[in-house]
Amino acid sequence: MHLKYESFVREPLVDGDKDYHQVSEDIIAPIERAPGRMWYVGFFFAVALLLFGVFSVTWSVYWGLGTWGVNRTIGWGWDITNFVWWVGIGHAGTLISAILLLFRQGWRTGVNRAAEAMTIFAVMCAGQFPIWHMGRVWDGFWVLPLPNTRGPLWPNFDSPLLWDVFAISTYFTVSLLFWYSGLIPDFALVRDRAKTNLRKKLYGLASFGWTGTAKNWQRQEALALVLAGLSTPLVLSVHTIVSFDFATSVIPGWHTTIFPPYFVAGAVFSGFAMVNTLLVVTRTILKLEDYITIGHLEAMNKIIVLTGSIVGIAYLTELFIAWYSQNWGEMAAFQWRILGPYWWSYWAMMTCNVVSPQLFWIKKLRRNIPFTFIMSIVVNIGMWFERFVIIVTSTYRDFIPGSWSYYNPTWPEMGFYLGTFGLFFTCYFLFAKYFPVIAVSEIKFVLKTSGENFKAKMLPQEDKSLETFVHDAHAHHDEEEHAPAHHYS
Amino acid sequence: MAIKKFAVAAYDDEEVLFKAVSKVRKSGFKLHDVYTPFPVHGLDVALGLKETDLHIAGFIYALCGTSTAVGFISWIYTADWSINYGGKPHFALPAWIPVTFELTVLFAAVGMVLTFCYLNQIMPGVKKHVFHPRQSDDLFVLVLDINNSAAEAEAVQFLKSTHAIETSVQMAEEGWWYGSWDKKEQYELLNA
Repeated sequence: MHLKYESFVREPLVDGDKDYHQVSEDIIAPIERAPGRMWYVGFFFAVALLLFGVFSVTWSVYWGLGTWGVNRTIGWGWDITNFVWWVGIGHAGTLISAILLLFRQGWRTGVNRAAEAMTIFAVMCAGQFPIWHMGRVWDGFWVLPLPNTRGPLWPNFDSPLLWDVFAISTYFTVSLLFWYSGLIPDFALVRDRAKTNLRKKLYGLASFGWTGTAKNWQRQEALALVLAGLSTPLVLSVHTIVSFDFATSVIPGWHTTIFPPYFVAGAVFSGFAMVNTLLVVTRTILKLEDYITIGHLEAMNKIIVLTGSIVGIAYLTELFIAWYSQNWGEMAAFQWRILGPYWWSYWAMMTCNVVSPQLFWIKKLRRNIPFTFIMSIVVNIGMWFERFVIIVTSTYRDFIPGSWSYYNPTWPEMGFYLGTFGLFFTCYFLFAKYFPVIAVSEIKFVLKTSGENFKAKMLPQEDKSLETFVHDAHAHHDEEEHAPAHHYS
Repeated sequence: MAIKKFAVAAYDDEEVLFKAVSKVRKSGFKLHDVYTPFPVHGLDVALGLKETDLHIAGFIYALCGTSTAVGFISWIYTADWSINYGGKPHFALPAWIPVTFELTVLFAAVGMVLTFCYLNQIMPGVKKHVFHPRQSDDLFVLVLDINNSAAEAEAVQFLKSTHAIETSVQMAEEGWWYGSWDKKEQYELLNA
């Protein structure tokens, strides 16, 4: 039946001698057993961070944003830096599940579930920053397209900040739907295997009563394909619109047309790094090395070196255009970025984003797990500095030298940032415990073309000459269909 | 909603399932449905199912999103409450493209997922009969509707001849109902 032939140049996507049942066992087992001590330690640490974040935010709201280090010159500090950083991280999941689906990249099946979960949690974290940065958060509903109480005055639909509201909320909703529509069949699997009543009840609810008829699956595949088609421009639009927040202003350092592609590349770069950070740990702790193989990690490292190089070219282009424009403000902004009081953030960005990822041209390092893990963290440090550089070093010396300033974060800002780590990891720990972290049905779907054992069965076919192979395939076909003899000319 | 009698066959290989499906379709037995743990390509064709129109529904929802965004914003800025932002025109179509695009995607995605749930009759709280506990794991389950038929033994015999690894006869609710998955249903006692 499997007429799809896959070259032996491609490594297997599933290692080991697996059948369908073994796949279910391997992936669902962590849900069915009690979590280990490491899980509890990690989970409670995450919850503690989250609570500290809640405390910091409460403090900031109670005393007002005067508790933050931002001032009149530097209006955006860690808050918007963290917002852009988290949104950027949230790009990998949908890129993996949507764009790689359209490009027929088989390796996405092993990592898409966890990456999409990561996306959703990262966007949740990102959303916190603009909301609490409002200060008077109880007026937050003003961003919604509602006429306000002083008359039918609407939000400004011409403003990138409002586009952002639509972009982020749409992105969150669509990612969630995409993720959950894939989860439904896997929840049905957990439900049907469940031994305890509570598990049967809860996963029965979560599975929506899915039974997997032929028609169900036909619709499910149609839905996945269209959602992928919709999410592909969506994922590109989100960081494009985030970059408009800066690019449509007239601040030197922000007012550049290169921002949309440059932001999107950076987002993919940091997102894949975060996927690697999580998966290197997840595959070891949940013993999923056969599904999230070194080949998967290598594929993501290749994307990291590609997008890292794009980002590097963007940095250099910015510098060149600043000089080429001969615009005084533009040139000064970049000169101060590199050599001014924030020189350390610029050089941290350059080192982590442009220089160190180039090591991934070496195959040995791409396939080295400790190195991958360290690099994934280095990349995200670099990408955090990129946003800090863009935001703070474009504003700290503004048009009037008398208002030049320097920005240091205060503890509530740092606590807020740590708190979003708490939120992110609390969600991820719950996900890793209660959700199938790999799309079981999708792995089963590719098992017979890309599993190691099924590939091995193809070896005799591989030895045949093309002539005999074609002949055999036709003979087989005729016998099976009992069809009248075909006329091959 | 009715409780009916079904003959159930389980296969452990897609290729055997495909042969069984074509045999069933030639045999005159009434095929209830086929349950698989993952999408089996070509099964819909083998069963003679039509291609789904879900994507057409998606396109219509997308158009609704586009026209909602453009209609709503242009009504606000040209009719309801015009505001002069820096001398820019009130009807500023290029500036509305981002919001229009986002609403197009949002309407299409939400609408399609709701339609998907409606067509598949799935929702939190919905319960359906599971003919084989391994139909979501590693077995491909083919179900014949043998209601009002005395030929129960004949149906089972037929299914065995299609190389099923397991066959059974079950009384089952054929549609969906609201219920909790941890509770045994009344009709299931009939199978005990």
